[in-house]
Amino acid sequence: MKNQVPKPLLDYPKLGDWLKVTPEKKLVFFSGRVELGQGNITALLMMISDELGIEPEKISLQTARTDMTPNEGFTAGSMSIVHGGQSLRSAVATLRQQILNISASRLGVDAIELDLSSGQILQKGSFCFSIDEVLDQIDLSSEIPAGAKIKEPSQRWVQFREIDRVDLVERMTGAPFVHDMIEEGMLFGAPVHPANMYSKLLNLDVIALSKRPGVIKVVQDGSFVGVLATSQRFALEAAEWAREKSEWKEIDRKIENPISHLMSQSHDFEIVSETGDVNKNSGEWYELTVSRPYIFHGSIGPAAAVAKWENEKLTVWTHSQGVFQLRDALAGVFETAEENITVIHKAGSGCYGHNGADDAALDAAILAKEVEGIPVKVVWSRYDEFHAAPMGAAMSTKSRAHLDQDGYITAFDVEVTSVPHSSRPGTGGTPNLRSAVLIKNSKLPAKSPDVPAIRGGGAERNAVPSYEFGPVRVKKRLVHDLPFRASALRSLGAYNNVIVNEGLIDEIAHRNGEDPLAFRIKHCVDDRSKELLLRLDSETKRYKENLKESQGWGVGYARYKGISGLCAVFVNVTVDEGVVVDNVVSVSDVGEAISPDGVKNQIEGGIVQSISWTLKEAVKTDGLSTTVDSWFDYPIIKFSEIPSLNTILIERPSEKPLGAAEISQGPAGAAVSNAVRHALGVRITELPITREAIINSLLSNEI
Amino acid sequence: MQSELRCTINGVVHAIDGFSSEPLLFFLRDKIGLRSTRYGCGQGTCGSCTVIIDGEAKMSCETITKDVSGKTIETAEVFENQHEHPLVKSFIEFQAGQCGYCLPGILMASKSLLDKKQNLSRLEIAEALDANLCRCGAHSRILDAIEKAHQLSNEKGTQ
Repeated sequence: MKNQVPKPLLDYPKLGDWLKVTPEKKLVFFSGRVELGQGNITALLMMISDELGIEPEKISLQTARTDMTPNEGFTAGSMSIVHGGQSLRSAVATLRQQILNISASRLGVDAIELDLSSGQILQKGSFCFSIDEVLDQIDLSSEIPAGAKIKEPSQRWVQFREIDRVDLVERMTGAPFVHDMIEEGMLFGAPVHPANMYSKLLNLDVIALSKRPGVIKVVQDGSFVGVLATSQRFALEAAEWAREKSEWKEIDRKIENPISHLMSQSHDFEIVSETGDVNKNSGEWYELTVSRPYIFHGSIGPAAAVAKWENEKLTVWTHSQGVFQLRDALAGVFETAEENITVIHKAGSGCYGHNGADDAALDAAILAKEVEGIPVKVVWSRYDEFHAAPMGAAMSTKSRAHLDQDGYITAFDVEVTSVPHSSRPGTGGTPNLRSAVLIKNSKLPAKSPDVPAIRGGGAERNAVPSYEFGPVRVKKRLVHDLPFRASALRSLGAYNNVIVNEGLIDEIAHRNGEDPLAFRIKHCVDDRSKELLLRLDSETKRYKENLKESQGWGVGYARYKGISGLCAVFVNVTVDEGVVVDNVVSVSDVGEAISPDGVKNQIEGGIVQSISWTLKEAVKTDGLSTTVDSWFDYPIIKFSEIPSLNTILIERPSEKPLGAAEISQGPAGAAVSNAVRHALGVRITELPITREAIINSLLSNEI
Repeated sequence: MQSELRCTINGVVHAIDGFSSEPLLFFLRDKIGLRSTRYGCGQGTCGSCTVIIDGEAKMSCETITKDVSGKTIETAEVFENQHEHPLVKSFIEFQAGQCGYCLPGILMASKSLLDKKQNLSRLEIAEALDANLCRCGAHSRILDAIEKAHQLSNEKGTQ
């Protein structure tokens, strides 16, 4: 395999950046990645143990904390294995070679005669000694060479292939979350978040608040109000009381219908990619526009954090996706040096992107500043989670395709209009933490520049279809003036863009009487995607037969970001009272799959979440804030609505790993949308595809 | 002197404050230290705080602690050292979960169900779990695991 230098290795070139040996001769490896529930700790441990030749239970992995591990940026975008894992492999390969060299000189033989397996040095298959005996001679100051020779695919996965998630049992029966941290003398904090981040506090009876049960102290700084209490229950109850009793001045910037607002924009588009003149041929053009509303990340556990100040130094335990970026943002808010702040990752509920984790960390830090030396735990309420956390961005995409006389698409033109998809801490150079806006020394967020193309783009992610369509042009128009807060939600713009593009391809195939899958296959860019779609075709033939009037099928395909994992999804639906997804068959290719079952789990999760987005989810607003108070106002998919899933993975052990967590959302949404179109004969172009949307669409088509 | 109220939690007897309106969720987490019972919404809408009270799955955020006087409560900690229990075994076998925040509640809801009923279909199991939300999309594996555990307990029951 050709060895490229992964970026983290350029920033952290020394062996000691990636591992240490404890006095007990245990190997501890460092990763700047964090476990978000996607199973990446297990996959990274597998990569280390495979590369070194040691049982995973004999080593440990320290995930991101600012005082210990490399800064690998945000754990996001399906990049943990691609960058983080490949960096660790190079570090471990360097370690392995050192161990073999040291052992060789001890034995007076050539290193090439030795092997390392199950933590033992072997000479021609015979045991010499345990690697423990030479670990104290490892030179941690040595550099990891740019061409560190990692194992060949044929040498891999001889052992330790079927590893269970190392953290699953504790998550099922124990208390591993930041929510569960408890310390002697700990206090419990709760912020009083207004409906909108830009609201100003007009009136609150602070004295009455300070007399609520369990309240130790009320903290007020500008429009930030929070309570410190003796228990989480009292903190939450006091904050709820304060929220109901307080008066706020709202900003004068109501947007009643975010999608109409997006559609009514007229400022210029920016061309973000263009591979030729899309208008060079005259001929028939087809067009489709699809929009998606704001949607919630919807973590089951609300945002939480623990913070403690001691001698002007702050320590924060958080489930943030980027501990270094959070540290820098906090340093900006408290106007202190970054070295005065330590941020340590601790497990949280699944986040699916940038949720309230970072905001809760600032809330905890503001409150803890009032009680020197005492740890303060903040757990947001469900109200906070539905009102204060960033949401997935609303957007609308219009695609046009040119069809030539031979029935091939020969030009493709996409216009994406969207709220920016990222406002993470540090984006645009500002902290972007909610309470940073509320405090007296207010730090307002900069206009988000969205995610740059080099990181896969934000709104325009996957606007370029994954097919050979001739010239493709993508234009983007960002809309900044909505009063709502949006940030990265799994797959960013790819979800809507894939739904539009795959929908348009379907429309064209239907109108030309071609099988939608065959039509896609004839436009494939390479054998890899063709194999994927052919496999999907052969696995789903039986699901296309004997369909009832109310049933339909649809497919969706995309290669995530154009260069990452490939995923094709087929679904069957029945449209009756609403839409029921009956069967899902998916075929994916993520290159080398470290943990094939872990990859499947991620793909299945992406499909199910995407079905939920597509059929059910839209954040209701009053033009200023959300009006969602509980899960009753924002239904998500339930157990009884889960289709049968057949998840097929094409393993390519000699290819680079491509990442998995965000490859299926777009294709799954597209497959559902296309299947509903197939069943109904009408396409729903404003997501979600609820019963109401179907009725409205049928009525307007009858007229 | 006030007669002391008691309940039994995972086999251990605990005293209860008879005047408190504290939800059971916080009593379990903060007073008893059983923190697998999780706060998700505090509104009885997500199921992550589900525990078993006298055999029935109940959301502990909606249960007032003094109302469990004389009752028997089980939380997911009962499984801590019981990895051979059909449910735990099956959840591990199917790697049924991702972030795991919802899992203790789901384990409790399904334990109550399987302890009470036999010969359940997959749909019946799914419907019984509709009050428990999972956001990671691990539902299918969770249902696989519960079905398998149900099968194992049925086999055991008919021996």
